[in-house]
Amino acid sequence: MIAQSFNYEAPNTLSEAISLLQKYGDEAKILSGGHSLIPMMKLRFATPECLIDINGIPGLSHIREEGGVLKIGALTREAEVEHSDLLKKHFPIFADVTKLIADPQVRNRGTLGGNLAHGDAANDHPAVMLALNATVIATGPDGERAIPIDEFFFGFYMTALQPDEILTEIQIPIPGGRTGSAYHKLERKVGDYATAGVAVQLTLDDSGNCSAIGIGLTNVNPTPLRAVRSEAALLGKPITDASIAEAAQYAAEDCSPSSDLRGSEEYKRAMVAVLVKRMIHKAMERAGR
Amino acid sequence: MLKQITVTVNGTQHTAEVEPRLLLVHLIREVLNLTGTHIGCDTSSCGACTILLDGKSVKSCTLLAVQANGKSVTTIEGMIQDGQLHPLQEGFKENHALHCGFCTPGMILRATELLANNPNPTEEEIRWGISGNLCRCTGYNNIVKAIQYAGAKMRGEEPASTEPQFV
Ligand SMILES: Cc1cc2nc3c(=O)[nH]c(=O)nc-3n(C[C@H](O)[C@H](O)[C@H](O)COP(=O)(O)OP(=O)(O)OC[C@H]3O[C@@H](n4cnc5c(N)ncnc54)[C@H](O)[C@@H]3O)c2cc1C
Ligand code: FES
Ligand code: FES
Repeated sequence: MIAQSFNYEAPNTLSEAISLLQKYGDEAKILSGGHSLIPMMKLRFATPECLIDINGIPGLSHIREEGGVLKIGALTREAEVEHSDLLKKHFPIFADVTKLIADPQVRNRGTLGGNLAHGDAANDHPAVMLALNATVIATGPDGERAIPIDEFFFGFYMTALQPDEILTEIQIPIPGGRTGSAYHKLERKVGDYATAGVAVQLTLDDSGNCSAIGIGLTNVNPTPLRAVRSEAALLGKPITDASIAEAAQYAAEDCSPSSDLRGSEEYKRAMVAVLVKRMIHKAMERAGR
Repeated sequence: MLKQITVTVNGTQHTAEVEPRLLLVHLIREVLNLTGTHIGCDTSSCGACTILLDGKSVKSCTLLAVQANGKSVTTIEGMIQDGQLHPLQEGFKENHALHCGFCTPGMILRATELLANNPNPTEEEIRWGISGNLCRCTGYNNIVKAIQYAGAKMRGEEPASTEPQFV
């Protein structure tokens, strides 16, 4: 399969890349890892006039802690996220999720920024970023803009990014206290997209009450979904078997999966409930109860 | 619009004028005539097209040739050194780790990076490590043994017996 012809640009600076985006408008696509975009171009689902390869632009690939905030450059590869000691320390959820994304070769290319910018509810990082309350940094002609993750995903392959903006960084608040996070997805085979996936991060205060909670769902809704009612069922009180069951039931009710080869709607809702329970338990264990 | 690219393949520098839409695997197979790199699925699923790009294993059916500009590529043809099989090639031969051989070049290139990052992997780490490479013939057990054999050799240890395992 061969893509439709296109121009290829490989700028060396962010401002050059943004000028190219302004020049081509909607007809340009940013090329990061290319592991969602190139397959779509080969199938001719995507037919951009111009590809702007940002891999040669310095300063877009890093994982660092600054003032209580974790900053991950958009071009950071999945394989780097998978093996980062800093992430292992604060966010075991990243080791959970990256291991389940595609396979080692794909993870050598795919980037965190691309995974979010693609705007696909089947991708795994969106739900994780919802659970972690991330902020997306977009850079455009007027400089940087911070987009809260809850305002980032719009619809099928649609995000808050404007045609002349580049996703440059992801920022995640580093939670204090007893915090645990976990992700799991049900998949038919290695490398498959999720039948259903659930990301949880929770914090317990000294008296054992849940003082912060984030729950994100993968591939069971047209957009990546925050399980709002489930979070409310847990926040501000001790986490009990009853409240976990309630949270699981709300998530299963509030998502909107479609029946497909991966399973029926009913089955997917049931799996969401199971995974919400398991991920809350795992996050609590990691928080040290 | 053609683009001029320079790629070092198995130690030799090549310059070519290519269309941006040319896939890296097609550059390797059709422009450079290195047909050891296979195309199994053409959809990033099977790993038959795996090569090393600056030492990292990647699926060359999902990269553009222009993305390899200025970089170095290793294919299966580059594994043999001074007429000596690479320990992985020897391991696959000794352990009956191939039947039709279609997946083998991709498996070997993927295992090269696996062993470079982790010289003494557990069986589980090997199985996760080759999870992006499909084999329709062997059932994988002997591929795992071949990688263990090569790992031992590369660590300077005596590889385990190469009695084939039939399951
Ligand atoms: C076999 C296979 C299995 C996979 N399995 C999974 C899986 O299980 N889970 C999962 O989450 N993903 C999976 N993926 C997708 C993979 O993780 C992709 O790499 C990822 O979705 C996109 O990241 P990328 O860097 O490759 O982006 P690209 O493909 O380069 O880009 C994707 C889209 O985002 C835009 N874009 C990219 N970067 C930016 C940026 N910085 N600013 C603005 N726009 C940008 C592009 O223009 C394009 O529209 C799989 C892919 C393959 C090939
Ligand atoms: S041909 Fe590239 S992964 Fe199958
Ligand atoms: S030996 Fe035939 S596909 Fe692996």
